[in-house]
Amino acid sequence: MIRRVGVVGFGQTHHRSRNTECNGQELIAVAVRRALESAELTMADIDAIVIGNMDHFESINNVDMWSVDGSGGYMKPIMKVTTGGTTGSAIGHAGFYHAASGLFDTVLVIGWEQNSESDTTAAISTCFDPITERDFTAGAIGPLAAQYTAYMNKYGATEEDAALVSVRDHNNAASYNPYAHLRQTVTVEDVMKSAYVSYPIKLLDMCPRSDGACAVIFAAEQKARKIVDKPAWILGVGDCHILVHLADGIGLASLPSLEIAAKQAYKMAGIIEPFRQFDVAELYIPASTAGVTWMEALGLCDEGKGPGLIRGGMTDMGGKLPINPSGGVLATNPIGATGLLRIGEAAFQVMGKAEKKQVPGAKVALATGFGGCFWSDVTVLSSTTHLE
Amino acid sequence: MDRVAIVGVAQTKYQSYNPASHAELSYEVTRDALEDAGMTIEDVDNTVTVCNDFWDGRTISSMAITEATGSHRVPTTNVEGDGTYGALMGLMRILSGHHRVTLVVAQSKASEGIPSVITNAMFDPLYERMLGIDAVSSAALQMRQYMSKYGVTEEQCARVSVKNHRNARNNPYAHLPLDISVEDVLRSRILADPIKLLDASPVSDGACAIVMADESVAKKRGKRAVWIEGVGHCADAYHLGDRDLGESPALEAAARRAYGMAGVSDPMKDIDVAELYDAFSYMELMWMEGLGFCHQGEAGAVIDRGVTEMKGRLPVNPSGGVLSAHAVQVAGLARIAEAVLQLRGEAGARQVDGAKMALAHGIEGACGQGHCVFVLGR
Repeated sequence: MIRRVGVVGFGQTHHRSRNTECNGQELIAVAVRRALESAELTMADIDAIVIGNMDHFESINNVDMWSVDGSGGYMKPIMKVTTGGTTGSAIGHAGFYHAASGLFDTVLVIGWEQNSESDTTAAISTCFDPITERDFTAGAIGPLAAQYTAYMNKYGATEEDAALVSVRDHNNAASYNPYAHLRQTVTVEDVMKSAYVSYPIKLLDMCPRSDGACAVIFAAEQKARKIVDKPAWILGVGDCHILVHLADGIGLASLPSLEIAAKQAYKMAGIIEPFRQFDVAELYIPASTAGVTWMEALGLCDEGKGPGLIRGGMTDMGGKLPINPSGGVLATNPIGATGLLRIGEAAFQVMGKAEKKQVPGAKVALATGFGGCFWSDVTVLSSTTHLE
Repeated sequence: MDRVAIVGVAQTKYQSYNPASHAELSYEVTRDALEDAGMTIEDVDNTVTVCNDFWDGRTISSMAITEATGSHRVPTTNVEGDGTYGALMGLMRILSGHHRVTLVVAQSKASEGIPSVITNAMFDPLYERMLGIDAVSSAALQMRQYMSKYGVTEEQCARVSVKNHRNARNNPYAHLPLDISVEDVLRSRILADPIKLLDASPVSDGACAIVMADESVAKKRGKRAVWIEGVGHCADAYHLGDRDLGESPALEAAARRAYGMAGVSDPMKDIDVAELYDAFSYMELMWMEGLGFCHQGEAGAVIDRGVTEMKGRLPVNPSGGVLSAHAVQVAGLARIAEAVLQLRGEAGARQVDGAKMALAHGIEGACGQGHCVFVLGR
């Protein structure tokens, strides 16, 4: 028997570059309290907890155990899931499976990161093979840069196209999202004039790393209906963690893992025409360049047609398919929370609770996660249990 | 709960140093568990890996074994914690109805790290870590509290070590099969008073994999399918000072949940064999109490009476337990694998005759802050 699962609550911290007022447990507690408040629940209603982050950013081992003072996990079932950049979406999916299994009715999922505690690129670089790859200390930026160079060559996309994505997401954050880390209004010219980080990616094309936490509450159908009038039903989940060695060749101009994960999630949800069926999307775009290139992997446009959607304003607020009303990852990136923020923001859109970020009448939403070694997670959410 | 079975298990031999890479260890158990299940990788529709960035010295440590476990081709996730938690995640994926066959793989190469530094990192970075406290010294506090609260003696704890190392002589996978006496344990080098060398588990390199399947797939495996009857997990408070270290309320809660699902009312009577996470000798005694095999403080007397010996009423750790092979993260999954072999009647020289219901247990964090309990049946 398939048990339907919905999102019933969502909370987040005010994200920033360095949060000196809170330690990690306190950051977590803020997000948890806000998620509980949003669903009018207390910790007594929570049956199980899933938590995730990336160990080397804070250097705390056994975070599931360490976190209980902030997570409310004292004398509760709690487990940790971590998959790198996809951690946030992976814990979201783990929360879904907790509730879908029938073992737990109401599940609290927490993603967090206090990136100011470490050197982010140094910590990321240890993900590579210690013998053949680690010496390059590639971090996350270089491979994304190589990908956009290949895409520009193949399809005639430009650096300005990427700048348009940066403008869209930064300005959405500045206009609509009080929780965002970077709330600055930028122009294409600002982006183009910002310093190169790794050609063709410039400073304003790249996501920051943030201190912050996010909590999302999942509930099995019967419980979900009692908690809120309109849960955000999880209609589809998919994930694909396919690549291990950079030297194997990233499907350079595209993102094969995203295509595969989307296929899984769309099949489960019954999404046939993504661009038409989705009303809003919260995409894990670590660099503006990916905002141009990855829409095709999601089936939102044909191969090489990403720049057209961006130039035409189709993904802006008020466009046919608004992408990242929250400002997305370019504005806010507490890494272990980032993928979960996408799910939480997408859920609030279809629940009609996105406030200033709200896309009017949004019913079906897409959320993605990215990380690991060009890995992808995809989630489909809807205000109805079946797609029209 | 819908019925889910474990249809394949595999372990490497555990040893202090294995030159194989993380991926090679993982591949070995993936291949062997699938063979044990009579399956190929094509039959697996999702995977769960169990990797820890600290122990593996690598961020996104699951990347290292993605290919070796076939995880690049199906939905996958990585649980960071004891292997029992990985098995629980795998179980939930099947129970959701969205997956039918889950491969769970845990691996560890502690030989590449410094255990005291790694386990020091689970303590509070501001208030506790600079004390140098680690898994061994925190366990010493717990052993002292447990002994002083209930009058359990160092000899009784030593008896656990003697029993388990002796049992390990029947286990071809064990790292430390030993023929030792209580005297040997008591005279062994003190690591952190009152824990002596032979009260402590080694750290081992090794891996374990299990294949789980839904009822329709598992039924085709006939008697080799071992059913998951119940599961529970729970966490206690974080700071050692917030806990009574002589008690394990989180284990009691986890066991209560697992027993409720499995219909276990009298654990000592209903369960035929138990594989417990005895990272230190005293832990086996404490966990027996938490699991309701005896009342609080009585486990010392229980071991004195030989109840948990191979020929006793409730053999505990016929495999030699964690004291005889401790690949961190792997060890709880290995408890499940051993319980499966017992229920299949395939445990060789360590077989408990006629075992019909088995318990497997894992711990997480310092001094068993978290526990995960599986009840398995034939």
